[in-house]
Amino acid sequence: MTTPAFLDEMYGLSTLESFADRKSTQVRAPYQAIEEWLQATDPAVFARKRDEADLIFRRVGITFNVYGDNAGTERLIPFDIIPRVLSAAEWSHLAAGLVQRVKALNLFLHDIYHAQEVVRAGVVPEAHLLRNSLFRPEMKGVDVPSNVYVHIAGIDIVRVEEGSFYVLEDNLRTPSGVSYMLQNRAVMMRLFPQVFAKAQVAPVDHYSQELLRCLRSVAPPTAEGEPTVVVMTPGPYNSAYFEHTFLAEQMGVELAEGQDLFVRDNAVYMRTTLGPRRVDVIYRRIDDDSLDPLAFRPDSMLGVPGLLSVYRNGGVTLANAIGTGVADDKSSYPYVPDLINFYLGEKPILGNVPTYRCALDADRAYVLEHLSELVVKQTQGSGGYGMLIGPRSTREEQAKFRELIAAHPDGYIAQPTLALSSCPTFVEEGIAPRHIDLRPFVLTGANGSVVVPGGLTRVALKKGSLVVNSSQGGGTKDTWVLRS
Amino acid sequence: MLSRTADNLYWTGRYIERAENLARVLDVSHRNSLLGLAGPTPESEWQDVLDILGNPKQFTERGCGLNEADIMQFFAIDTESPCSIKFCIHGARESARALRAVISTEMWESINTTWLAVRDLDEAGLRARGLREFYDWVKDRSHLFRGVSHGTTLHNDAFHFLRMGTFLERGDSTARLLDTKYQSLAGMDAEITGATYYAWGSVLRQASSFRAYHQTYRDVITPERVAELLIVRPELPRSLRFCAMQMVEHLDALAGTRDLEAQRLAGELHAGLRFARIDRVLDKGIHEFLADVVQRIADLSAQLARDFLMTV
Repeated sequence: MTTPAFLDEMYGLSTLESFADRKSTQVRAPYQAIEEWLQATDPAVFARKRDEADLIFRRVGITFNVYGDNAGTERLIPFDIIPRVLSAAEWSHLAAGLVQRVKALNLFLHDIYHAQEVVRAGVVPEAHLLRNSLFRPEMKGVDVPSNVYVHIAGIDIVRVEEGSFYVLEDNLRTPSGVSYMLQNRAVMMRLFPQVFAKAQVAPVDHYSQELLRCLRSVAPPTAEGEPTVVVMTPGPYNSAYFEHTFLAEQMGVELAEGQDLFVRDNAVYMRTTLGPRRVDVIYRRIDDDSLDPLAFRPDSMLGVPGLLSVYRNGGVTLANAIGTGVADDKSSYPYVPDLINFYLGEKPILGNVPTYRCALDADRAYVLEHLSELVVKQTQGSGGYGMLIGPRSTREEQAKFRELIAAHPDGYIAQPTLALSSCPTFVEEGIAPRHIDLRPFVLTGANGSVVVPGGLTRVALKKGSLVVNSSQGGGTKDTWVLRS
Repeated sequence: MLSRTADNLYWTGRYIERAENLARVLDVSHRNSLLGLAGPTPESEWQDVLDILGNPKQFTERGCGLNEADIMQFFAIDTESPCSIKFCIHGARESARALRAVISTEMWESINTTWLAVRDLDEAGLRARGLREFYDWVKDRSHLFRGVSHGTTLHNDAFHFLRMGTFLERGDSTARLLDTKYQSLAGMDAEITGATYYAWGSVLRQASSFRAYHQTYRDVITPERVAELLIVRPELPRSLRFCAMQMVEHLDALAGTRDLEAQRLAGELHAGLRFARIDRVLDKGIHEFLADVVQRIADLSAQLARDFLMTV
């Protein structure tokens, strides 16, 4: 197996060995302050600070719960103390591309639940929508405030070489990770205040205020006075529970579970110590399927009976809207560049990773012949589960996927194994490059979109690994966007 | 405030207070057993502990016996037992985890740090650490939490619900302690030198009132004065009257302009203690009096659920 060439974001090198013989002259401009800091700091200090970071995360309770583990098991996501840096120019390019993409996706969602012009124009086949279980017929003809469906988007970005960012995945349902963007920065500033003095890093703290502003802007027109916003959580055993409490706290709104809410007279209320109180906007961190036992999964205890009916009548706003999954599953992903072109008449600023759709005969034939080179993903999977990484797979695994693809061709897509960029990371053997990706968050309300300058950088801590998911042993880094 | 939030605050307050009371009762009994001051028989000291702590049926169900090892295991570190210090700290921590949007960061970190320190503690670890030190630490953590909550969070409804939990639990605990000891020490031979001093001195220590007794009475320890101190003295922070007064104040703040049944119940409880005379109480039967207080506290707890839509 040959390791494909990749870009190290700091040194521009393409090696997975440690940086013992690195040369300062090679350092890419945005990382200049980091280099000075690394040179000037005793490695023993890093080891100590890393332990201190663990302690802070543990005490503050920044943990996630692991699926399939004992209920309630809390783990820390490893935090790497070396930040990932983007220059102001790189960021403005990225941000423009993100806003463009989310704008097109919102138009797409409005269209498919209304006139379906995209189908009539032949850009997306009708069968693609009808076959997709994430398409929600309940949403047909329903108008949502300001036509915004995706209020909070987490778009996964990878970088392959200088100047080329690709979108790997759109997360348009309940994307998580933003609390790590905020907490990583807070911890970094606490551990290494001096390094911030050298680098001009754009702040991210105002994310929660932007989020609240965005949520209030899409309140139903019937809302009286200041709209009441709540964060809705499935409860303490959800993997992202920390984030739910954190966002509620930062925005100063209630953190509600399904049992705290009820429906009466075409409105949603929460049970408070002073009696029922009307709720206007629900930032729900709970799946479509669990929202309303009367409309979706009847066995779900997490939702609110009757919620869908109030929602369809405009009595409450859900963020994100119901039925956004149809726009972010991996079978829809290949269409996004065409959607940008169709709705906005623009060229996509950020490209897609070339994608083979196993549902298409020619693509499938290619995929089956090149399984050992490609990454195969389930169209509706997430979290790094159920995927085949060709170059690292065994013959048995390839044979298994060959069967799976033959049985459900439209359940799979394949992409070339990407040479994700790397970033210096503090690991057992010292500072060494590890592969990274980036998830920035796009907020969209009645007055357009905002992207807070930063995001969640995930890092694959295992040498050579390309899987950055926290459920698969990934870690995180603070993400710096430089101001100039 | 969400009713579930109020519920969580109330239980956080109760659990922390309960952990502290458990630590104090266990600590004093442990010391008595070491000194050979454990009442008529060694078992009677542990029987009293069991009575004070409400005779949980799980204790016998699980085959625990009246000895120090079983009592300690069950009430200090058993995670299956709903009556252990560890269980209470866990309960407080889980309640607080749902409260992060309404309590201060310092409160959460204080409670989370406490939990992290006992999470992996087992019997061997507890013995290695020393029982006395552990119990002192639990009391310290409770004091710290109370201080942190007083000094860092808004004194709004969240604070009042937290304190309602504190004082309901404390009142209940003081009443059960006194009731148990009045019965078990009734037949004690007061002629034995120092017997009254040690037995009732222990009761005062279990209610954190030993020093307060001497400051108040400046005289030898008698059961009647201990009862007076723990029932009707308004200045002792663990007396029934003090607890009832606090409940009234916090409920008044929570009710605002409303007129709640819980306020009436708390007011009635407080009036009974405010105007009680200890000689009358003793004449008429202290057990009946204390059993009535325990029942009133339970009724008040149930009424809170109705008035504030909580699930207590």
